[in-house]
Amino acid sequence: MAQANQAVPLAIALRGSDARRRRESIVHSVLLAGGLLSIAISALIVYTLLVEAAKFVALVDLSKLVAFGWFPRRGMFDIATLVLGTLMVTGIALVVAAPIGLGSAIFLSEYASPRVRRLVKPVLEILAGIPSIVFGFFALTVINPDIVQRLIPTAPGFNIMAASIAVGILTIPLVASVAEDAMRAVPRALREASYGLGARRLTTSLRIVFPAAISGIMAALILAASRAIGETMVVALAAGATGGGERSVNPLEPGQTMTAAMASLAIGSDQVRGASAAFPSLFFIGLLLFLITLLLNLVGEAFVRRTRQRY
Amino acid sequence: MSTIGSAATAAVVRRSLTGTRPDIAGRIFQVLLLLSLLFSLAVLGVLLLDVLRRALPVFQERPVDFFTSPLSSNPANAGIVQGLLGTLALVVLVPVLSFPLGIATAVYLEEYAGDSRLTRFISVNIRNLAGVPSVVYGLLGLTIFVGLFRALGFDTARNLWAAALTLGVLVLPIVIITSAEALRAVPNAIREAGYGVGASRWEVTRKLVLPAATSGSLTGTVLALARALGETAPLLLIGAIVGGFSTPAGGSVLDFMSGPYTALPVTIFQWSKLPQEEFRSLAAAAILVLLAVTLFANAVAIMLRNRYDPSS
Repeated sequence: MAQANQAVPLAIALRGSDARRRRESIVHSVLLAGGLLSIAISALIVYTLLVEAAKFVALVDLSKLVAFGWFPRRGMFDIATLVLGTLMVTGIALVVAAPIGLGSAIFLSEYASPRVRRLVKPVLEILAGIPSIVFGFFALTVINPDIVQRLIPTAPGFNIMAASIAVGILTIPLVASVAEDAMRAVPRALREASYGLGARRLTTSLRIVFPAAISGIMAALILAASRAIGETMVVALAAGATGGGERSVNPLEPGQTMTAAMASLAIGSDQVRGASAAFPSLFFIGLLLFLITLLLNLVGEAFVRRTRQRY
Repeated sequence: MSTIGSAATAAVVRRSLTGTRPDIAGRIFQVLLLLSLLFSLAVLGVLLLDVLRRALPVFQERPVDFFTSPLSSNPANAGIVQGLLGTLALVVLVPVLSFPLGIATAVYLEEYAGDSRLTRFISVNIRNLAGVPSVVYGLLGLTIFVGLFRALGFDTARNLWAAALTLGVLVLPIVIITSAEALRAVPNAIREAGYGVGASRWEVTRKLVLPAATSGSLTGTVLALARALGETAPLLLIGAIVGGFSTPAGGSVLDFMSGPYTALPVTIFQWSKLPQEEFRSLAAAAILVLLAVTLFANAVAIMLRNRYDPSS
């Protein structure tokens, strides 16, 4: 008992002054509020999207969601036009970004000396830091006239192909960096075992390291797809089709994606505001876009975690 | 005691080890890999050269005029003053709004919260927010921030404050993630030393952990700022002006902040879309200015990092 009596005042003495403890708890609540704010932001995003998207669904005759094209100002809201456009852009972008991004990743992880890595990585970082609007300009002034129109002379001045190639270039640094991290996480022992059996570097890279890092590589591609789906300015600038577009699967025509349709609606949103369902349609596409990218990001994250857990 | 047999075996082994057979497939593969890396370098080079080639005549012909003229439908008079001022205002406001909040959240997650279900939910949530397309943040800004200024009775609800708030929210997840990484990199021994001499948690965080993490979190946050400066889509949605407008001369900073505005990326978008070659050159010149502002922000980050880096 005597011992316990002594321990109580000691514990109180160690707790410090009341003012100090009050400050601690204030700081704690302020910081917690910061953490909760991020949840509030997510909730607000979902809430605003849902409310306005519901207005759109209520305003619009559902048969208008299937038409021969996306012409919001004429009351034709063919969502399929936009989804097809987005799929085309994402597909072509991945055809560009996957081989080049993964090739860069294999080179940086398996072939490059530390010195070469230090020289080359900043190039990818600079590329990643260039604003997407600049890639839109690049698609208009270089990719379309010098590559697309040279190969296919009938291609118009604005088309999906040029925009998609630019989106692909935009996602190369993302693919390269996520895939390189995954390949570098493969333990050295696997490579040494492979070399010990007499395998060449090519065989080691492609048959040992690549399969061992496959989760991270999948993650790289999924995150790149999500980035391409959400990319707005390149498509808004280089793919043309301001104001609307017919449903089409030809990448050599002007076209609309979900994001570009939102941008072109917003530019004229003052006229649109009062009238019709065009304004709430922004939020309907926004909700769709949010859900698709959220799903892809969650799947991508799951793949990244799998790489981390295996070794 | 070596025999002829073992010498011959040694020769065979040596030959197959040192590779008398040329590894053609391996060579081709290596060249392909190198080409894929050089592709990015080439794109970067061509992009910069194309922009420079178009922009230089503009800077030569109108070295001052281009920076001081407002938007105009006549390419000979059009300039970037409105976009540049808008972007510079955002350079100041976005960090002021998002950095303290982002760093506070990172400190909470790394230093205060344990591994509870709430903490894990917050971190997953933040990672997902970082992946939300920027155009969706534009919708958020349009409803919440522009709506707020409209409700407050501002003449122009689509003002720079709304833009700064929207971009601030947009970069918040990036600021949190990079700051949290910087905090995680601070060795635990530093914290334990602090607690050992009787410091409270906040004292340890403020006096020991935050200074040690400054350089890392600054780098990340300035990269976030660079990203905010290049963002165009959310600004289009929340009503940056595409087309001409007049800024009343002689207004105060507050008038400027609450009036109509545009920013450099929006100006670039507007000019690139026009068919005239002259406007494409103007767009290229504006791109160079935007890249210069971004580079400047990065240079400041590197300077700050070197200054706060305890190891240098």
